[in-house]
Amino acid sequence: MLNVLPNKIGETLGNAELQSAIYTATGRLVSKRKEAIAPLDDYQELRTRANALKKHTLENLDYYLEQAEAHITARGGKVIYARDANDVADFILSVAKERGAKIVVKSKSMTTEEIDLNERLEHHQLEAVETDLGEWILQLAHEKPYHIVAPALHKTRYDVADIFTKRLGVERETVVEKQTLIARGRLREKFLAADIGISGANFVVADSGAVCIVENEGNARLSTSVPKVHIAIAGIEKLIPRAQDLGVFLKLLARSATGQALSVYTSFLSGPRRVDAGEIDGPDEFYLVLLDNGRTRLLADVEKRESLYCIRCGACLNHCPVFRKIGGHSYPWVYSGPIGAIITPQFAGIQHDPWLPFASSLCGACAEVCPVKIDIPHVLLELRREVVEAKGREGTNRWEKLAFRAYAWVMRRPRLYELAGLAARAVAPDPEYGSSGAGWIRKLPGLLNHGPAAAWVSQRDLPPPAPRTFRQMWRDRQGNAHNGPG
Amino acid sequence: MSLRVSLFVTCIVDQLFPKVGLAMADVLERTGCKVDFPEGQTCCGQPAFNSGYRDEARSVACHFLDVFQDCEYIVVPSGSCTSMVSHHIPEIFEPGDPRQKQAQTLAPRIYEFSRFLTEVLNVDDVGARFEHRVTYHDSCHALRELKIKDAPRRLLAKVRGLDLHEMDAAEECCGFGGTFSVKFAGVSGGMARTKIESIERTGADTVVSIDSSCLMQLQGALSRAGSPIRTMHLAEVLASS
Amino acid sequence: MVRDSILHKVRTAIGRSVGQAPAPVPEVYFHQPTMTMDERIARFKGALEVLAGRVTVVASGSAARDMLASLIDGKTSVASNTPFLRECGIADLPGVRSGIVDRAELRDVCATAEFGITGADYALADTGTLVMIASAENPRLVSLLPPVHIAVMPCSRLLTSLDELLTTLPDPARLTSSMVLITGPSRTADIEQILVRGVHGPREIHVVLVDS
Repeated sequence: MLNVLPNKIGETLGNAELQSAIYTATGRLVSKRKEAIAPLDDYQELRTRANALKKHTLENLDYYLEQAEAHITARGGKVIYARDANDVADFILSVAKERGAKIVVKSKSMTTEEIDLNERLEHHQLEAVETDLGEWILQLAHEKPYHIVAPALHKTRYDVADIFTKRLGVERETVVEKQTLIARGRLREKFLAADIGISGANFVVADSGAVCIVENEGNARLSTSVPKVHIAIAGIEKLIPRAQDLGVFLKLLARSATGQALSVYTSFLSGPRRVDAGEIDGPDEFYLVLLDNGRTRLLADVEKRESLYCIRCGACLNHCPVFRKIGGHSYPWVYSGPIGAIITPQFAGIQHDPWLPFASSLCGACAEVCPVKIDIPHVLLELRREVVEAKGREGTNRWEKLAFRAYAWVMRRPRLYELAGLAARAVAPDPEYGSSGAGWIRKLPGLLNHGPAAAWVSQRDLPPPAPRTFRQMWRDRQGNAHNGPG
Repeated sequence: MSLRVSLFVTCIVDQLFPKVGLAMADVLERTGCKVDFPEGQTCCGQPAFNSGYRDEARSVACHFLDVFQDCEYIVVPSGSCTSMVSHHIPEIFEPGDPRQKQAQTLAPRIYEFSRFLTEVLNVDDVGARFEHRVTYHDSCHALRELKIKDAPRRLLAKVRGLDLHEMDAAEECCGFGGTFSVKFAGVSGGMARTKIESIERTGADTVVSIDSSCLMQLQGALSRAGSPIRTMHLAEVLASS
Repeated sequence: MVRDSILHKVRTAIGRSVGQAPAPVPEVYFHQPTMTMDERIARFKGALEVLAGRVTVVASGSAARDMLASLIDGKTSVASNTPFLRECGIADLPGVRSGIVDRAELRDVCATAEFGITGADYALADTGTLVMIASAENPRLVSLLPPVHIAVMPCSRLLTSLDELLTTLPDPARLTSSMVLITGPSRTADIEQILVRGVHGPREIHVVLVDS
């Protein structure tokens, strides 16, 4: 009846240092967001507007995709549609081959993580260098990001020192500022030598044919301004109608993600450099790759379509009490936290990690802070229903189904329900009186020590059934009331 | 005014924490309500609904609707059960199903206990005395689905001798989440322990909430840790004198 | 064709047909604060200084030039070639290379210069932001490669907010391939959440506001 849990969750729960790192880092982001939101007297209005804009855009997505494409093409850029990871990799490799490219610099993009782009490029002898500090560290360590916005959240400075010594051959350096300088120097060489710069896009602006890229380090600016070729990769859901809509989205994004009013650099890039206008630097070639990779399937599901509204701020991760315990690597895919929990089953199919939609107490903290008002608990409940239906068809949840059928059967029959209560009292063990004197059950006798009861008792004490139920006590009370005092 | 109030005590209170139900009845009568207890009541269907078993949840919901359909005011010592009935039961029926209409008509008549006292009876002082240092846990469904945050605090503020200290993690989930507490017991236990650390920092000897499921989770963890801190339902605090 | 098949999937998913007009788009939403020029200057200064930026207000172009002269004395600088900078006489200061039109040369100069001096097309008071629009006179790399960025601009270009910028400039793509909003020096907190400035972009930013 209980799901089989991935080992990673248990490992993370057992690692006190990691637990502390995750909780503290997310806690900081929670406070920062709160401070950053406070001065916005129209914060709730902004969320409503952002939700409405995303809804409208997705409901008219073909129009906006074509509009973006027309503008980009008119300005000398090119739009490439990609069905999946292979289409993206094939395209980039063909561009690289044509130009004899050897080095690619990449700025942070969850979309490229989604499709394992680096691995595919490296397989073809193209050096693909992550340039966001946290992502670069992980690339050196051959690890996946831990958090949408803070990828190296789980690494200490000593971990970083080890990685640098091992992979860069530098002398061991544990001072964070100096580690950052090492990164600056190494990556600067790559920026200046790179043939192609690859970026993501936080937003694709339809009326401008532009990509909007939000960052703090400057690596996206460098990746998109120094190399002669810029390839931006974005999921098709990144479209927004107008440049003016950035007023709403930019006001929400950085505040929700890191507690900044605006991140350090917000780039609005529309095509290759304007040679006619005399622009001296910037790429000669600009490509926007629009990726499906299953998004059209999510789009078709009206009930859960809002899952595509996500602007990748990471606020839901920071506020999720489950994420704050199990960390990013406990999730099966690159997208973790509440957003990961709802999109992973939709992209991969619920048969892959059917436990994932259930790994939530449905507390709703995520929905409360989502800048685009995705009702994550609602989607989780839909997914749970789908998992149960699928398991029902396969016949893999016979016991659980029986248990809930029995539950429903009893709950429709008040007298049977009362009898069931009496039966439970007959078998319940005596509480082992702990020092708290609360009189709760600490251990279960062998026969009862199974399933949900055992799971409960593994973590906390169990309340004994009350000697008399409420309805028994109520009847006494009303009986006494009718008989009058003493 | 003498309102007719029907109690929906919830299955967990009925079976495990009956004193909470009695305390709630006492307080309601003290404020002048006529209280009744529809005997046919059992459960709201939430366990099945949250576990993905819609058909089973629907069948339990139908029974609930039948038992309570003629009640003017239904008062509940639980945020999660109240929101199950008011927010989710209407959704599990198809539009056009007369049951959906029935559920929608009933939804405005069901109240979480603290909301009923403060917003329907317009009462915040029920004459209670409870001389303890107390901290308050915001249960998730109450806070986020029903938007209940001030009502319990207003009521606690009027309890004589009660010293309320807010914990820094007041709004963080206790980790119960229904079957989540057993399906993901390790995570659930971890969440409870984090919550308890926050409670301990307040120096309170009592944690109060409006949801018995949260209190069960917290008391279970407190008891396991050998802590003297006790949990109490708001109703029990308000019934104290 | 991949393009057609994806667009077809999109249309099927949302129930629309080829060439169908879109539903009416929600209205643009702006919430602009109102500020006097003095308030803008004060807000801008406050917002950028919190981010470790430096803001100086001077009364004239020549005062700006004098300020820069002492700042960059003895060091190498690269400057963009905007009319305002030329008027202030900044491009003529010793050690300043300006007016470079060769792209490779520009890159090398920017990569070795200690200061990058630019104007700013606009600034946003409530967030302490500079708005840089790439052009023939204003290359991208001047404000990006050198470790210190100095921006000199007239107060008249100081707007209240991003909303005012987007109202003033609803179609930036018409003007440029690159508009960048710069809010403070480059930073990261990727290692143990410890803040470090100057990861890839400039570690220091100075803004000189000319209030004449």
